[in-house]
Amino acid sequence: MLSFNNVSFTYPGDIGPIMENLSFSVAQGDFISIIGASGCGKSTIFRLINGLEKPEKGSITIDDTPIEKLHNYSSFMPQKDLLFPWHSVRKNVCLPMELARIPKSERKSRCLDVLKNAGLTDYADKMPHELSGGMRQRVSFARTLLAGADMLLLDEPFSALDYLTKINMQEWLLQQWEHYNKSILFITHDVEEAIFLSKTIFVIRSVPFRSMDEISVPLPYPRRREDLATQPIIELREKLFESLRKERVK
Amino acid sequence: MKKYIPPIFLGMGLLLLWQLIAMLIDAPYILPSPIEIVYEIIELRTALFTVHLPSTMYVTFVGLSISVVLGLTLAVLMDVFPSVHRTVYPIVIASQTIPTTAIAPLFVLWFGYTAWSKILVTVLMTFFPITISVFDGFKSSKREMEELLMTYGASKKDIFIKLKIPTALPSFFSSIKMAIPLSVIGAAIAEWLGAQSGLGYFSKRMMTQLNGPGVFAPIVILSIAAMLAVALVSIIENKAIKWRKEI
Repeated sequence: MLSFNNVSFTYPGDIGPIMENLSFSVAQGDFISIIGASGCGKSTIFRLINGLEKPEKGSITIDDTPIEKLHNYSSFMPQKDLLFPWHSVRKNVCLPMELARIPKSERKSRCLDVLKNAGLTDYADKMPHELSGGMRQRVSFARTLLAGADMLLLDEPFSALDYLTKINMQEWLLQQWEHYNKSILFITHDVEEAIFLSKTIFVIRSVPFRSMDEISVPLPYPRRREDLATQPIIELREKLFESLRKERVK
Repeated sequence: MKKYIPPIFLGMGLLLLWQLIAMLIDAPYILPSPIEIVYEIIELRTALFTVHLPSTMYVTFVGLSISVVLGLTLAVLMDVFPSVHRTVYPIVIASQTIPTTAIAPLFVLWFGYTAWSKILVTVLMTFFPITISVFDGFKSSKREMEELLMTYGASKKDIFIKLKIPTALPSFFSSIKMAIPLSVIGAAIAEWLGAQSGLGYFSKRMMTQLNGPGVFAPIVILSIAAMLAVALVSIIENKAIKWRKEI
């Protein structure tokens, strides 16, 4: 579905590139986590996909069409929920559809459907400041879904939540993913989170990076917390920790 | 309501002190007592409330309205076009260095004793806080929210309407609350310098007659009018902005 073909990128003002000749691809319906140390360029991948930055060299395509020619192919969910404080939950989640000029009646029915699946029906008329951190992230995710794209880009969405809420949200996210059959690219620096959620983990080892290690997680869906305690998974976790720590030391 | 009790007590105390000092001096043309001022207001009520107050309020209202339109237009243009910002901003600042009292007589020369000379002074004093506050309000919108809207395919116009206007709304209300007292001061100064009616003019006339309470009476009315107007704007603000506690 999505593929990066020899993409290079340098931030204006930086001495060297942050990524060089990077190629990778993502299939429809995948759940992929990208992990790496802070500042290694994880978020840059998202900025390139959603068009906020343009690649210096190379191309990004979706089903062989360059993204410059496409609209609404990806929905981005930022680290902070960035809900609009002056709008209710309902208006917040409808905002992307409003911007896409989708007719009001259709907006309404799609919004109701997503809010119901997200367990947010009772909160539709609340204002963002009345919600807890976890609830706000659910609303933010619902908004991302309603942007309507098949590929979701989630940038450390749970990093600011407390441990129990985070675990809850991870399980909730997997249910949502299975229900809507979207492709998800998920940035995190939490190894355990990456293992629990994803089919495949992409590891960024160095800056600038030319490739990412692709590691499949040998667990079927639906996943259970207990699976994380099995031997192959513990080994996988140690291996990932080790590689990230090495990068840190450098 | 409880939070208003200390300022009310302080105000009463100050008034009482004033009353005592005035009684001690016993020369109303130098320092009239609050009670004498109230009597004067009651005595002169017809002239004050039917002729001079409406005249000053008219100047204030028209001046403030022009300032709002002018200030908002400038703020929007400066936000949308950086070149306008570079060109206009220094001039807006420079306009504030003009001593209003010095230039007001010139306006009287241009427009005579009509309302326009006073309106111009009012505009000159009030468009600045509105322009600058609203412009800063637009600028304070979060970059990351703007980028999020861009990922939803929002146009510049969408971003302006959906993000910048709501972000700037609290600054807009603050600037109006700042501009109201300024506009009253501007109108009064202008009337003082050349007018045939208005509370500033009335105060000046009483001055030439050495009528102390008569000088203060219109000033008291002016400040009450300004306070009421600010209170009214605050009420509208609280209705319009319910999310402020979060920002």
